[in-house]
Amino acid sequence: MAAYKGHRMSPDEFEKGQIKIFLLVLPMVLLTGLPIVFIFFHAFKPMEELFAFPPKFITLHPTLDNFRKLLKASQSAGIPLSKYVFNSIFITAAVVFGSLLFSTMAAYALSKLKFKGRNVMMQINQIALMFVSCAVMIPRYLIVNKLGMIDTYWAEILPLIALPVGLFLIKQFVDQVPDSLIEAAYMDGAKEWQIYLKVVLPLIRPAIATAAILVFQQVWTNLETSNYYINDDSIKSLAFYMSTLTSTTTTNTVAGQGIAAAASLIMFLPNLILFCILQKNVMNTMAHSGIK
Amino acid sequence: MHSNKNGYWFVFPYAALFVVFILAPVIMAVLLSFTNFNAIETPNFVGFLNYINLITSDDTFMKYVLPNTVKYALIVGVGGYVLSFLLAWALANLPKVPRTIFALILYSPSMTTGVAMTVLWKIMFTGDQTGYINSWLMNIGVINEPIIWLVSTDYLLPIVIIIGLWSSMGVGFLSILAGLLNVDESLYEAAAIDGVRNRFQEMIYVTIPSMKPQMLFAAVMQIVGAFQNGQISTLLAGNPTPQYAAQLIVNHIEDYGFIRYEMGYAAAVSVVLLLIVQIFSAVSTKLFTEKD
Repeated sequence: MAAYKGHRMSPDEFEKGQIKIFLLVLPMVLLTGLPIVFIFFHAFKPMEELFAFPPKFITLHPTLDNFRKLLKASQSAGIPLSKYVFNSIFITAAVVFGSLLFSTMAAYALSKLKFKGRNVMMQINQIALMFVSCAVMIPRYLIVNKLGMIDTYWAEILPLIALPVGLFLIKQFVDQVPDSLIEAAYMDGAKEWQIYLKVVLPLIRPAIATAAILVFQQVWTNLETSNYYINDDSIKSLAFYMSTLTSTTTTNTVAGQGIAAAASLIMFLPNLILFCILQKNVMNTMAHSGIK
Repeated sequence: MHSNKNGYWFVFPYAALFVVFILAPVIMAVLLSFTNFNAIETPNFVGFLNYINLITSDDTFMKYVLPNTVKYALIVGVGGYVLSFLLAWALANLPKVPRTIFALILYSPSMTTGVAMTVLWKIMFTGDQTGYINSWLMNIGVINEPIIWLVSTDYLLPIVIIIGLWSSMGVGFLSILAGLLNVDESLYEAAAIDGVRNRFQEMIYVTIPSMKPQMLFAAVMQIVGAFQNGQISTLLAGNPTPQYAAQLIVNHIEDYGFIRYEMGYAAAVSVVLLLIVQIFSAVSTKLFTEKD
């Protein structure tokens, strides 16, 4: 019997031995993918197919009706859909920008500058990876309230900026930047902020992209802030408005389901597109994601 | 490396937001848990009363919430973790193109973070014969009468668990996949010479030990994701869920905090949740910390 030689991960091309693995994985992939394919089909179903009995999985005559009704529904509600879209884009952009700026700054300092307490800070952030935000929604609400941020955009932006997993991943990546590069920049007379901008930032792009995806996902679909901190409908987020469409009262009607599916698709697509564009960076960053 | 006070300036913005919106809420939750607080009057100190009540007189918690949460955490947290490792391992044995496509499909449910896709499950599990699941099951003859899934005390928790598993291939899964792809190949060759006979032995003796940091990171992400996702049960069936059938600890906090305004008591439940997460992660740390 030939001795076992050890095998390679990530084979370059297809071999017969992989058939078993394909057979194992494919059912799981299909099961996972089907619900998402379903939402695509459902969002484009015309009325008669939504009412069809027995229900059909595939859409035979796709239409944009559901999206049109979604637009109309918001017009009759008094606040135009465009206002919610603006709110969400504004909030998401502000949080993603703020989070990336502050996390990269902190990651640079925690990784490359020597000062008292930095190890403790990193430890605390590492413990905070386990932070389950919905466990402390009450004290969070009390703090937001005390700071006078109820019914302002601040309440939808500031609580979401510090994302421990974002800082963690970026810091692990900054650790890979060779110290000699930074020493050389010091020799040339560079200040810390110049090193941060000109040496560190360009080298950690993959980690920044990854953190951007994670922050984006947190903000774009966040309901907590609009639900608890905002009473004024005109500054609530698109995610919140979409969730009112998918609430029990509307999804009980078949027409409501079509609209709700269209709404879900609109919320889901930006996540998917962003991830597809940036997926290479994500895998690159995840290679350094370990907790040592 | 230079001793460098500028580090504080770089860390400050992140640290400030972290303290206000993450650290302070956790400390406040602990403090509030020793008080009687209805959100209007000043809280008064009651010692361990909330905790004593939780253990001795909260029938809902002991009879439904705790068992549900344990079941959910074991299946979605631990089971989902094992599943994401196995799937990542299988994917790592495939060539790049199918691997990337499969990874994207498996990861995509986690982008929907519960809320965005609530409507999907509501449509799938509609309680009469027009519902997709009912229609299929009746077609293949498994059931004769449609099942009212989302009101049924027998099926609600399993449905929540399935949805939890469906969306559990998240950041942790990607981290494991990246870890697997980066294991040093010479280790496999060396292990084969030392007597490793097959891929299973290889997985246990070579692969896992050489990627412990990623395994730990993934474990932490999995636990947090599982608990965070617990909100899906109230989104599907309202709070409280029918006869508390799928009431999880996260929903219990919301019930007491935002519906009954017994914030001191809710805070005590939050502290219990944070402790549960701590226990899970302490176990993972023990399993995956490098001893050297």
